[in-house]
Amino acid sequence: MSIAMKNKTIITEQTMLAEDIYSMWIKAEDIASTAKPGQFVSLYCQDGSRLLPRPISICEIDKVQGTVRLVYRTAGKGTKEFSKLKPGDTIEVMGPLGNGFTLEGKKALLIGGGIGIPPMLELAKNLHCEKQMVLGYRDTTFLEDEFTPFGKVYLATEDGSKGTKGNVLDAIRENNLEADIIFACGPTPMLRGIQAYALEKGIKCQLSLEERMACGIGACLGCVCKTKEVDHHSNVKNTRICLDGPVFYAEEVEL
Amino acid sequence: MNVTLAGVTFQNPVTTASGTFGSGMEYKDYVDLSRLGAVTTKGVSSIPWPGNPTPRVAETYGGMLNAIGLQNPGMEMFIQRDIPFLRKYDTKIIVNVVGKTTQEYCDVVERLAECDVDMLEINISCPNVKEGGIAFGQDPKCVETITSELKKRAKQPIIMKLSPNVTDIAEMARAAQAGGADALSLINTLTGMKIDIHRRACLLANKTGGLSGPAIKPIAVRMVYQVAHAVRLPIIGMGGIACAEDALEFIMAGASMVAVGTANFINPTATIEVLEGIEAYMKQYHIEDIKDLIGCVK
Repeated sequence: MSIAMKNKTIITEQTMLAEDIYSMWIKAEDIASTAKPGQFVSLYCQDGSRLLPRPISICEIDKVQGTVRLVYRTAGKGTKEFSKLKPGDTIEVMGPLGNGFTLEGKKALLIGGGIGIPPMLELAKNLHCEKQMVLGYRDTTFLEDEFTPFGKVYLATEDGSKGTKGNVLDAIRENNLEADIIFACGPTPMLRGIQAYALEKGIKCQLSLEERMACGIGACLGCVCKTKEVDHHSNVKNTRICLDGPVFYAEEVEL
Repeated sequence: MNVTLAGVTFQNPVTTASGTFGSGMEYKDYVDLSRLGAVTTKGVSSIPWPGNPTPRVAETYGGMLNAIGLQNPGMEMFIQRDIPFLRKYDTKIIVNVVGKTTQEYCDVVERLAECDVDMLEINISCPNVKEGGIAFGQDPKCVETITSELKKRAKQPIIMKLSPNVTDIAEMARAAQAGGADALSLINTLTGMKIDIHRRACLLANKTGGLSGPAIKPIAVRMVYQVAHAVRLPIIGMGGIACAEDALEFIMAGASMVAVGTANFINPTATIEVLEGIEAYMKQYHIEDIKDLIGCVK
């Protein structure tokens, strides 16, 4: 695996997709040439009072243009700073980080919840099997049209404004969706529900986790997740999400 | 650039702050470890420690809070895996030692006595574990007792790592000296807290955590200065060092070596940049020997 260095990159595009949701393309040939679906990058603030990088999942990779797309939510001051940047501005990035999804299965469910939806897009582009996308939102939807070239898209909204009223599991049940592989990314309560569903149904399942991180490269032990078995590196029952994840099989982790 | 502490000569005064650099493995592709004066490892205990629940880290203005809880694989795995890894590089090894009881510290120190490492740094200042850690570092009698107990057993020189969470750090430094410490390192993190006003709860699962990063640097420089004037022991200075200018402040305040900590998380090559910046400063001011800078501010 090649090493992810911290580099200054140029923003080539920045658009608002929905309230608090932004899409940014950056020129990053090194990242574009090696990145896999499900990996992430660390984005650094220019304001020196904000030290830590923000881990952002990779939404799309354009190997021809050497660019990478990051779709993120403005959750705090750091991501708000990113959203103010314009094409031509620079931003420091380190990546690609983490392990990414393993491409497998014949009939897949790609499940994204909220800001866990973006990494499913690059996965949908790379996964060569029958695909069903289940996208869950609180209210305002985004990115859903971009999934339609890759398979049938099912929506769930908490307020019922689009698709199934409820969460992604409600949408799966309502539409009687079946699969031999599940890929999921989203908030921990959603992943916990999908983990239980997959284990109950005996469906192979890859979960992409998130946690507050500091270094992003496996040194600080800030972003750990409990594991069923003793981890090879930590020698205790937890593992580093940034380096050994963020993607784990459902049976490996305790959420 | 070389400095000698307690009979151990380091090729330069730059090391890593415990817990920010693992055992170097995660940084080996960013930093030529052979260029560092020493690698100071993450704390090692007698048995594996799982650490605290998450969230374990939180950003604060110019700093960060952590409450990792000294997660580590235990001394046997460390000895089998990490020491041979570090020995491949031309750098000294400082092993940070943690325990919940005096006995646990003794067990690690005794086991490491048989191992090929250069110095031991005794962590009596971690604010994030319920037992041990800081409890040993906030009372001068405890500091002196544990220092002398470990000194009886250690084959390598011992560095006592002091906590800033005390009324008078010079008193703790004198206690460590009285107990027979070979060197001191300071400062560990300052206990802090961050509240998530939307959830109306502490952001860290452990509620409190240790504050590090540039925000604590002036406190650390002041404490190094105070301790340098209170004891004869050599000092490894740390607390918010992110660049050579920061490191030089610690050296001028009285530190013989400096450790780069939180900056490693933000800039994986920070250690080398600090080292090269010190070299550039010495060249600029025609300083032949780094010792001429150590404690030069009166």
